[in-house]
Amino acid sequence: MSLDLLTYIFIGGSFALYIGIAIWARAGSTKEFYVAGGGVHPIANGMATAADWMSAASFISLAGLVSFIGRDGAAYLMGWTGGYVLLAMLLAPYLRKFGKFTVPDFVGDRYYSTTARVIAVVCTIVISFTYVAGQMRGVGIVFSRYLHVDINTGVIIGMAIVFFYAVLGGMKGITYTQVAQYCVLILAFMVPAIFMSMQITGHFLPQVGLGATLDSGLSVLATLDKLSVDLGFAEYTSGQKSTIDIFCLTAALMAGTAGLPHVIVRFFTVPRVKDARTSAGWALIFIAILYTTVPGVAGFGRVNLIETINGTDATDVGTEYAQMPQWFKNWENAGLLGWHDYNGDGKVQYSAGAAFEGGKPAYDGDVRGSHGERAVTNAKVNPTAAAGAPFANEVYVDRDIMVLANPEIAQLPNWVIALVAAGAVAAALSTAAGLLLVISTAIAHDLMKTCINPNISEKQELMYARLAAIVAICIAGYFGINPPGFVAQVVALAFGLASSSVFPVIVMGIFNKRMNKEGAIAGMIVGLGSTMAYMIYFTFMGGSKDDLFLGISTGGFGFVGMILNFIVAYVVCMMTPPPPAEIQEMVEGIRVPRGAGVAHAH
Amino acid sequence: MSTSTQDNASAYWSENLRIIMTYLSVWFVVSFVAGILFVDQLNAIPFFGFPLGFWIDQQGAIFVYVALIWMYVVSMNKLDEKYDVHE
Repeated sequence: MSLDLLTYIFIGGSFALYIGIAIWARAGSTKEFYVAGGGVHPIANGMATAADWMSAASFISLAGLVSFIGRDGAAYLMGWTGGYVLLAMLLAPYLRKFGKFTVPDFVGDRYYSTTARVIAVVCTIVISFTYVAGQMRGVGIVFSRYLHVDINTGVIIGMAIVFFYAVLGGMKGITYTQVAQYCVLILAFMVPAIFMSMQITGHFLPQVGLGATLDSGLSVLATLDKLSVDLGFAEYTSGQKSTIDIFCLTAALMAGTAGLPHVIVRFFTVPRVKDARTSAGWALIFIAILYTTVPGVAGFGRVNLIETINGTDATDVGTEYAQMPQWFKNWENAGLLGWHDYNGDGKVQYSAGAAFEGGKPAYDGDVRGSHGERAVTNAKVNPTAAAGAPFANEVYVDRDIMVLANPEIAQLPNWVIALVAAGAVAAALSTAAGLLLVISTAIAHDLMKTCINPNISEKQELMYARLAAIVAICIAGYFGINPPGFVAQVVALAFGLASSSVFPVIVMGIFNKRMNKEGAIAGMIVGLGSTMAYMIYFTFMGGSKDDLFLGISTGGFGFVGMILNFIVAYVVCMMTPPPPAEIQEMVEGIRVPRGAGVAHAH
Repeated sequence: MSTSTQDNASAYWSENLRIIMTYLSVWFVVSFVAGILFVDQLNAIPFFGFPLGFWIDQQGAIFVYVALIWMYVVSMNKLDEKYDVHE
């Protein structure tokens, strides 16, 4: 069967499955809409959490990122998994015991303050919107590459699907669709990884294969180090960023992960406190299956990429464009690869350094060069070899194609390619749905019901929640079609905000009985304000890299913001009166598991 | 709340804190001390074809996190029973 047909079958089949589940699991009450009725099994919740958490970024971009930056990629691998340790031990069980629907619920009640609640609502909405924009874009990329529709149509199809099950099913529909989506995405990630590991190393598990020794007598990693250094790249297994920068980035990603509202809210859906802990354990197992495979996929992909383009002959480097495999031309057509023949030998050669002025290739419409390649308008006038590289680089390779192109580069069967496309869509849609639900809950429940008009009936609240979901989907779709040119920085902003505001305010609310509303509000404002100011100044206002605080990049500043939040909150708290007695009693209540079921009679 | 249940609750809480601190120190040492601060020194040690520091960074730490959460789950379930606060 042709690849197109297979792709239609795989993606169409998975969509039919999601829609079927959504119809089966319609939400009837606000409790079902917000927290799936609070009766989700911990293993199912673990899978749903994993699908919710692993977005287009984890599925499509992470392996590419690690592949191109080598060891420094560990900040993301550790940061996005280590956060679950914090979540399981510091937040999830207590928030489950607290037993309401949302993060602003907790902040508002614990700090007996509408101001604190509104700040939490704003954080929740900003974090979730910045995140969702990237997901819709991921859906668009897959549709445009595999289904030959343009990106905009792809985004609209994705919106329609999410609309269907998020608006209809609420949390209940989302939870069970996410379980299905997890199965699709993990299968789609593992199958090509296992194939590649078998091909390159003969080992079944990519986790082990990365350490294997090749026919040449060198290990995979030693081969990568050698290939990288020969071509002028940095050694794969050594880090490039400063230690303090990596330290802060990892810490900010961990605290940010634990503080993301769409992840926290998943732990409100299980029946008991005990289940919240177990569920975090399951979630991390399901996540770890993908995350420990990523380094293998990154390593094998890089070896394959370099050897496919440059060939294995050290004296005759490069492959004639006409001989390049089809995937190279496909991704060139999709706009994620570019080539310009600087040395005029008709061969494609890859080494360190930017191939084009300004990085990405700018195409001249569909005009073709003399070898049939897409002509670019920003070729360098005087191309020179980068420091350490043997020749000038002729190729631009977008990091994001690594996972999607890997099965083609490794010449795997067509059904694997189709499966990967379905997996990428599943990863993007599951995360988008979770985020949209958080946004609609924040608007309907935290703003409408709690702050503006407490008298609305449950039916009206549910209607507001669905309306809010519709508006949120439209806005997300708009961002997907007209993406801000800085998606990566915006996602860093989401983690920065979560780690500097949501995470500390919840931790203090549980572990410090004396913490009062003045301290919490001051802490949130300082954490949030400093992190946003730092990120905006250095990302959008052209702040010079030399002025970075201790050399900490914008992604890592959320950690500094978090420390500032803790310090300011503590100092202000000590200068103001303690919280009322009933709040202190409430804190004592959430520290003890028994009684969590009472708030939610089944 | 009577005094005895209150004593019980605060004893439960302080033991809970001790458990969390123990596991979080392992978490910190593996991620930040081994995985970041001393990664270059550890890279000199070979480990099944990986430099040790690189392996901890990209795979080992994640296995440790999974183990930590499950050990925490078991410890807490025992603790809940011990203080009779389980559901």
